[in-house]
Amino acid sequence: MLLVKAGRVVEDRFLRVLDDAPVPDGVPAIVPAARLLADARDLALRAAPTGVIWPNDRRIAELAPYLDWLALVALVFPTFKDGRAYSQARLLRERHEFRGELRATGQVLRDQLLFLQRAGFDTFEVTKEADAAKFAEAVQRYSVFYQPTSDGRPSARRARAARGVAPPLVPGTREVVR
Amino acid sequence: MTSPLQQKLKITGPVVVTANRLRDGAVIYRATDGRWTTDLASASVATSEPAARELLAAALADRLKVVDPYVAPVRLTDEQHVLPGNLREQIRSRGPTVALPGENAI
Amino acid sequence: MYVYDDFDRTLVAERVREFRDQVDRRLSGELTEDEFKPLRLMNGVYLQLHAYMLRIAIPYGTLSSEQLRTLAHVARRYDKNYGHFTTRQNIQFNWIKLEELPDAMADLARAGLHGMQTSGNCVRNITTDQWAGVAPDEIEDARIWAELLRQHLTLHPEFSFLPRKFKIALTASAHDRAAVKVHDIGLRMHTNGAGETGFEVMVGGGLGRTPFIAKTIKPFLPKRDLLSYVEAILRTYNQYGRRDNIYKARIKILVHELGAEKFAREVEEEWQSIKDGALALDASAVNDIAARFRYPDYDELLDGPPELGKALAEDKRFRAWVDNSVANHKVAGRAIVTLSLKPVGGPPGDATAEQMDAIADLADRYSYGEIRVGHEQNLVLPHVAQRDLPALWRALDAIGVATPNVSLISDIIACPGLDYCSLANARSIPVAEEITRRFKDLDLARSLGRLHINISGCINACGHHHVGHIGILGVEKNGEEYYQVTIGGRAGEDAELGKLLGPAVPYATSPTWSRI
Repeated sequence: MLLVKAGRVVEDRFLRVLDDAPVPDGVPAIVPAARLLADARDLALRAAPTGVIWPNDRRIAELAPYLDWLALVALVFPTFKDGRAYSQARLLRERHEFRGELRATGQVLRDQLLFLQRAGFDTFEVTKEADAAKFAEAVQRYSVFYQPTSDGRPSARRARAARGVAPPLVPGTREVVR
Repeated sequence: MTSPLQQKLKITGPVVVTANRLRDGAVIYRATDGRWTTDLASASVATSEPAARELLAAALADRLKVVDPYVAPVRLTDEQHVLPGNLREQIRSRGPTVALPGENAI
Repeated sequence: MYVYDDFDRTLVAERVREFRDQVDRRLSGELTEDEFKPLRLMNGVYLQLHAYMLRIAIPYGTLSSEQLRTLAHVARRYDKNYGHFTTRQNIQFNWIKLEELPDAMADLARAGLHGMQTSGNCVRNITTDQWAGVAPDEIEDARIWAELLRQHLTLHPEFSFLPRKFKIALTASAHDRAAVKVHDIGLRMHTNGAGETGFEVMVGGGLGRTPFIAKTIKPFLPKRDLLSYVEAILRTYNQYGRRDNIYKARIKILVHELGAEKFAREVEEEWQSIKDGALALDASAVNDIAARFRYPDYDELLDGPPELGKALAEDKRFRAWVDNSVANHKVAGRAIVTLSLKPVGGPPGDATAEQMDAIADLADRYSYGEIRVGHEQNLVLPHVAQRDLPALWRALDAIGVATPNVSLISDIIACPGLDYCSLANARSIPVAEEITRRFKDLDLARSLGRLHINISGCINACGHHHVGHIGILGVEKNGEEYYQVTIGGRAGEDAELGKLLGPAVPYATSPTWSRI
């Protein structure tokens, strides 16, 4: 597994603290949801960045109260076919306007990278090294997107409006204006 | 004919290992020399559970060429010719039981 | 019909390129079958009994003659010279090779055709009335809304890995020819008391193992809110649909387990947050799509031209065909012509490459280059001038698509069944063929009247047997093919599931059915 951020393989500066051990000071740390909910007050006071791994079967609404100080939310794809975290990601970015690091974890494969990025993820624990190496290529596969999401890519509707040119008429037909 | 891929391995008669060829989806059978054949008559027949397991394991290891190998029943004639053991395998071996469109004049 | 602009074409071309890469990585072993399977399914590629099957989307059942010719080309070049039209207005090719698929898809892409999302756990082909745009009883052309939805839901980053498949259908007539009530989302266009047109939104319909009729969760949704409301439904389903058991993963189970009211409240809560956002459909958003719908510039004609009257009087066979296969059109002097793909003794819903080419030519000549595919697995020429009916009929008759059995007992809807499909328990095509042979006497068929027989080769119900007047379901008993018979199903606005009629009968006793 390799961590990809801004299109490149990077070192993970976050330490995962998955048990009840004390969270070390001065170190960026990721804790599971239960730990966050239990120790939120203390964790919020940490100087170093704190993140949470949020399971894909819990509502984002439960996480909302902590988003103003959380530096990172890691969402989970137990298999790549389980798409619940795509909704969670969009809610975090678009409903709750979460601006921290949104990380895809679990089974993260090349052919989902663009979907993940479109849904709002900006870092990826890419399962296969070969896929991590091809990240840039994977997220440039498409230039046309029908849906507006938070990733900044213009939707086809906006691109068409920006173009402002009417498509040519096919002979023997008339244009219907509604 | 429930999908054999969901069945437990229970050998009650002669069986072969069959799969679809990855590149074109053709029906293939594991042959005696460890290769694959489209001809059921040349398939390697197993008559015991250990033999069937071994045949299946070898097939499963051949991931590059085949998709979803499984154990399928066959019938043996008196001359030991291999025939499909149920309707599903018959259809896989010989094709649809109906004429393809255009095969009968309109 | 909708004409692609270069955004649409580029997307399809990019999809082809991506799929070529995925196939290469599968053939080289870089991708396992487990990793590849969902990817190929999202392009409509199944592995069936004999070969790969490619399902190509025909959005809301509308095809241009150029597209039909391209399908004929694919049938000839990559398959065995024929294709099968499905109960969801798609077409299937049964003998495709994986290694040739990228080339076949490139050929299809040139005509704006593709297999995107015709399989897999994503939103499937959005279907509607095969008479949309020309039906006398429609409020408006539902296809514009189908196209808006289609684009929005194509390669949607949030909804490409749903718990299970998702099917949407629209109707804009009181008489529902799209079976919306047995879809995951059914949309019925209608006018409210204030004279505004909007959608009745129904969810949780579906056939298969646990059939359900859809429940209304929004009696009237304004047009403006169509995309955002559907988004809210899908988001609710994506998050809360069951993922532990594939037989309980459809939205109909979620709606059933939560109850329609609670489900509606969940959707409403989500929808309130997004309804005024980027998905709200203002006039410019609708015009953006509607502007690319082309409608024929009809010559002005009168009903009942003399050529037609003369031919009706002189030719009994022609008259029988008009009475059966020709329907009234919303425009005077025109007619809607159904082409029966249910020849006596032949597989239902298939067309040879030769037939496809011939029909494309006839579409150019008589139907402004447009063809429709109905979920009854017949084709339609929607823009025919009444005065052309005699000449058209002779041409259709010559290629075997003028059997006057539309909606009669021999107009059978059937899935491919065990002859092709790896999910099947029993065969369906030979059963259909036998029934058509027994009822080939058209006087007998006519005397029975409108009668829909639906045959499914397994519980997945791709033949929609639950909603057939007579439904036949293939099952397996002790390694033999047996058939359960149901009666009283209906697919339209008064949708109802059929009731079981006694124990299953074995294949060999098919003669018994003729007595039903």
